[in-house]
Amino acid sequence: MSAAPIAKRDAEAEAQRKAASWYEASARERVRLFLDVHSFQEFIGPEQREISPHLHIFNLPEQFDDGMIAGRGLLEGQRVFVAAQEGRFMGGAFGEVHGAKLTGLLRAVRDAKSIPLVILFDTGGVRLQEANAGELAIAEIMRALIEARTAGAKVLGLIGGRAGCYGGGGLIAGCCSALAVSEQGRISVSGPEVIETNRGVEEFDSKDRALVWRTMGGKHRRLIGGAEIFVDDTIESFRVAAIQLCRCASAFDTAVLQSEQMRLKQRLRQFGFCPDAVDIWRSQGIENPDAVPDMAADDFIALANRIREPRYDAR
Amino acid sequence: MTLDEILYSLFPQGHDVEKNDLGLVRGSGVLARGGRVQVLGVVDRTPIGADEALQLSEWVLDVIAQGGSDPILILVDSDSQRMSKREELLGLNEYLAHLAKALIHADLQGHATVGLLFGHTAAGAFIATALATRTLVALPGAQPEVMDLPSMSRVTKLPIEILMEKAKSTPVFAPGLENLAQTGAVCAKWNDKRSLADQLQVLLHERRAHRDQRDALGKLRNGRPKAADIQDRVRELALQAQ
Repeated sequence: MSAAPIAKRDAEAEAQRKAASWYEASARERVRLFLDVHSFQEFIGPEQREISPHLHIFNLPEQFDDGMIAGRGLLEGQRVFVAAQEGRFMGGAFGEVHGAKLTGLLRAVRDAKSIPLVILFDTGGVRLQEANAGELAIAEIMRALIEARTAGAKVLGLIGGRAGCYGGGGLIAGCCSALAVSEQGRISVSGPEVIETNRGVEEFDSKDRALVWRTMGGKHRRLIGGAEIFVDDTIESFRVAAIQLCRCASAFDTAVLQSEQMRLKQRLRQFGFCPDAVDIWRSQGIENPDAVPDMAADDFIALANRIREPRYDAR
Repeated sequence: MTLDEILYSLFPQGHDVEKNDLGLVRGSGVLARGGRVQVLGVVDRTPIGADEALQLSEWVLDVIAQGGSDPILILVDSDSQRMSKREELLGLNEYLAHLAKALIHADLQGHATVGLLFGHTAAGAFIATALATRTLVALPGAQPEVMDLPSMSRVTKLPIEILMEKAKSTPVFAPGLENLAQTGAVCAKWNDKRSLADQLQVLLHERRAHRDQRDALGKLRNGRPKAADIQDRVRELALQAQ
């Protein structure tokens, strides 16, 4: 192809990415649009029908890719590995096959040393119908992720899907070199319903959606330093953020862990007694904290950059 | 076994492990054939929230900062992660991940990490402690679980009676030591009638390979029929594609 048609094709792709909601897209659409045009190559795709060996016990339908897409492609001409969870299949939860694909990919990232991995999270956590296999998959992923980072590779997380990033998914996200999150991208360990079931509705009312968003949502995570970049909900925004994270994300060593220890200790000291996210935001110097949830993305990004510069050396 | 009995059996030559008011323990013990083991842990079925995780990770980083190659033994009898609005406001996922990272990093730095599960543990607390070690062993009576059945029922929308029925016949999702061991999560069950010091010595002497071998164990024990092969295949395809 000569230069003119390529430029036209790339411009069309960019327009498509700008028009596409990350939240609404399926995992396959995200991967296809997120990477450079026609660059994606999948490892163990759905045509191989590697389904969950356990879901039939519960008479649940399987999916041919078990809700996880693993492969490689190009991001602005640079080689990357990519993994994407399908939040619309079993809530994107980690089962045996689903998790094993990511572990295998991370071990390759570790051995290849210099090619980054981008994880498109969309998960409720462990898939409870195969809970033991899923729990261990998460532990294996975290081990492999730290081995990959120790070898010098960067592992970046993008969070903005329907299922958010809950349970063990939140722990894996916490192991990544850096994260980008949209407003919809909730990050949390215990989900609203789990807290309510265990501690009562007085502790957490899972039906209070505003409470869920401001406690676990992307804006709060960006403001307390739980994610480096906040983006609005388009595939283009996530792509631009991922390119930036590939550049900025830090290495992993003892010094980074010591910085993280200080960072998390300071957060505990500063906000440990705040009863609500609004109180945290106010104590950070935000004049009208009640307005934060309704703020447009651009306004919020400007505010967040004023309140807290992202750190890349402490996770 | 109680904590005191366990510590006595592990370190008949003496230890200085003490419990603090958070329900965490820290200290070290002397090995029979010389050398020290750094001990830390969570006891009394304490939930792990941001404060507990941060204290444990600080201790792990202290061990790394001291240098040397003392093994780290983490004793676990915990609840799940602390489930509260406060913890999630503070970003508990980062605190738990940080603890797991510290343990994995310590292991990669030459402080062989061993988890000893002697009571309960669950969910995020399990991942951030016991499952973040290189070798996890358990005493009889240990009760690991991913999630309690009432919460599971709420999340899966399956009636609890059905879950209890399935739990009897389906090891891959049911709570309990044997079920988790089958997946490869627990390396070995220790004998509480024998000296724990001897069993620890054997384990440390074996000097297991650095590489995570829980996938192979899960395949061998038939608890995870597909994970090991899928991992290997993806890894090989990805490296070929480079």
